[in-house]
Amino acid sequence: MTNVNPTLTNSLLYLDGICVSFDGYKALRGLSLVLAPGEMRAIIGPNGAGKTTMMDIITGKTKPDEGDVYFGGTHDLSTMDEASIAELGIGRKFQKPTVFESHTVEDNILLALKAPRSPLANLFNRTGPEQKTRIEEVLTTTRLKDHRHRLAANLSHGQKQWLEIGMLLAQDPKLLLVDEPVAGMTDAETVTTAELLREIARDHSVVVVEHDMTFVRDLDVKVTVLHEGSVLAEGALDHVSSDPRVIEVYLGR
Amino acid sequence: MQTSYDLLDRRGIIMLVLLGLFALIVPICALLVPKTSLFFMPPYVVALLGKYLCYALLALALDLVWGYCGILSLGHGAFFALGGYAMGMYLMRQIGTRGVYANAELPDFMVFLNWKELHFTWYGFQHFPYAALMILAVPGLLAFVFGWFAFRSRVTGVYLSIITQAMTYALLLSFFRNDMGFGGNNGLTDFKDILGYSVQSDQTRVALCVLSALALAAGYLLARAIVVSKFGKVLIAIRDAESRTRFLGYRVENFKVIVFTISAMMAGIAGALFVPQVGIINPSEFAPANSIEAVIWVAVGGRGTLVGAALGAILVSFGKTYFTGALPEYWLFALGALFVIVTLFLPKGIIGTLGEMWARHRTSPPKPSDKPSNMPAAAE
Ligand SMILES: Nc1ncnc2c1ncn2[C@@H]1O[C@H](COP(=O)(O)OP(=O)(O)OP(=O)(O)O)[C@@H](O)[C@H]1O
Ligand SMILES: [Mg+2]
Repeated sequence: MTNVNPTLTNSLLYLDGICVSFDGYKALRGLSLVLAPGEMRAIIGPNGAGKTTMMDIITGKTKPDEGDVYFGGTHDLSTMDEASIAELGIGRKFQKPTVFESHTVEDNILLALKAPRSPLANLFNRTGPEQKTRIEEVLTTTRLKDHRHRLAANLSHGQKQWLEIGMLLAQDPKLLLVDEPVAGMTDAETVTTAELLREIARDHSVVVVEHDMTFVRDLDVKVTVLHEGSVLAEGALDHVSSDPRVIEVYLGR
Repeated sequence: MQTSYDLLDRRGIIMLVLLGLFALIVPICALLVPKTSLFFMPPYVVALLGKYLCYALLALALDLVWGYCGILSLGHGAFFALGGYAMGMYLMRQIGTRGVYANAELPDFMVFLNWKELHFTWYGFQHFPYAALMILAVPGLLAFVFGWFAFRSRVTGVYLSIITQAMTYALLLSFFRNDMGFGGNNGLTDFKDILGYSVQSDQTRVALCVLSALALAAGYLLARAIVVSKFGKVLIAIRDAESRTRFLGYRVENFKVIVFTISAMMAGIAGALFVPQVGIINPSEFAPANSIEAVIWVAVGGRGTLVGAALGAILVSFGKTYFTGALPEYWLFALGALFVIVTLFLPKGIIGTLGEMWARHRTSPPKPSDKPSNMPAAAE
């Protein structure tokens, strides 16, 4: 790590010149993005812009063909597997809500809860009182207290989204990657989710991918526009939405 | 509703009580009751029941990996057979000079092959503790090495099933060869003693049958302790959403390899108890069809219920005994039909379906929170 790039060392997340292709199709073409510690960032962009692929790169699911991915200035994420990246403190909510369907809501949170991840530790695990308190807190924050004993499979779509956000909270990562949290939600649920995310952003860094412009407006944070695998514009929502290129590719569709 | 998290739930208690009663009744009916009595249990029935119980333990082992972790092993018969061979080797070395060639050191087949000394794989097998260790270690080690490579390279689903099948097939072919040193296609048989007792005697048969029941009970308790622990919850999480589990920071491959190894050792014990009761072990135990049959037992009884797996093994094996006696040509068709019927009409198997009916009956407004160990909607 002889690199003395100041943006690298001060940033929580640093992506530079990332390229990825799938069977010749270039999903990411020189994507660069820097996130400061404690920052919340919204990512928008048309379908296929590479938003989910970017999250795959950060979480170790996909390896970049080219480019650097650093976390906390020192950890090279492109050389690590999913579990180690998760243990570094990066949590992720999938685009399609993914919870453990045959576990209860409470057990979903328990599994996500920050605790040793080794098989042996889990074999002899006893859930202590602090952990129980923490589960209570998460259930309260995600408004799932009354559903704690239900199987996750039986939750509504919106509740599953919240449960997944709750699992992220329980994991207590430094950085949360949230892929389309309000897709398929009612307007009321969307408002609640924006509230929830702002609450979370108070003590976590968050990257949110969303198509819903009212929601992004509600979040009121810096916005990055992706298009065809690279950054098209960056700044306040009003600033980027007045950018003619952005209007052309995205807003003016 | 928390009952299903306890080590013993209602079905578990029923199963353990039944096994306990069985362990009491069999010695009475087989040894104490006069032979003319209606309650007399002839030795062949004792051996048959003991055999079913070994199958039940194999099914339980398979359910632990398939039902709870989504690893559909089509090669579990291999671990069963390896445990059986380890026991068979011990039994062979107990024969001593009573063999056809009266060679104190070498089993008959080695004399027949003109071997001058004991094949090195047989060293130590005259000692029961060593053989007992091998019954666990050989299947366990194979499962560990196999799992290490397969799970690390993230082989899942159908591909994993295919390579487990290939594994047992490869073992089948190698055990057929005489120069492997395990008796070739004749396998190991003509056993005389086990721990100094004649394997043929009624008392030994009863003891082995009772031991099989106890082993099944112990296997159940171990499997149950695993699945209700947080480790078990992680297994179910892997079954339901493997990559989600990884993103939470769990090293999925380590969990898989551990549970696969434990399961293989359970299967090995089942095989070891099976061999003295049937009196023979040969390469046909490695036949892929055996492993597939074990999968059918679990599917019929109810995947992911443990008790169901054991029940399925016993019921289907009983059906097989009956069918192969009455209509031998039709057994395979019957087995195939059974599998289709269960998959179409009882996707949760007997126990899974009963459990659902019970839950619905008990809580009039449907409270779906009763069974955290449901089957996933579709296998991954
Ligand atoms: N594993 C993969 N194999 C092949 N192509 C892929 C893979 N993952 C993504 N792609 C392709 O890469 C491009 C970018 O996909 P990505 O999912 O990142 O888009 P997105 O911005 O998240 O879109 P959406 O808004 O629809 O979620 C798409 O054209 C997609 O088809
Ligand atoms: Mg996407």
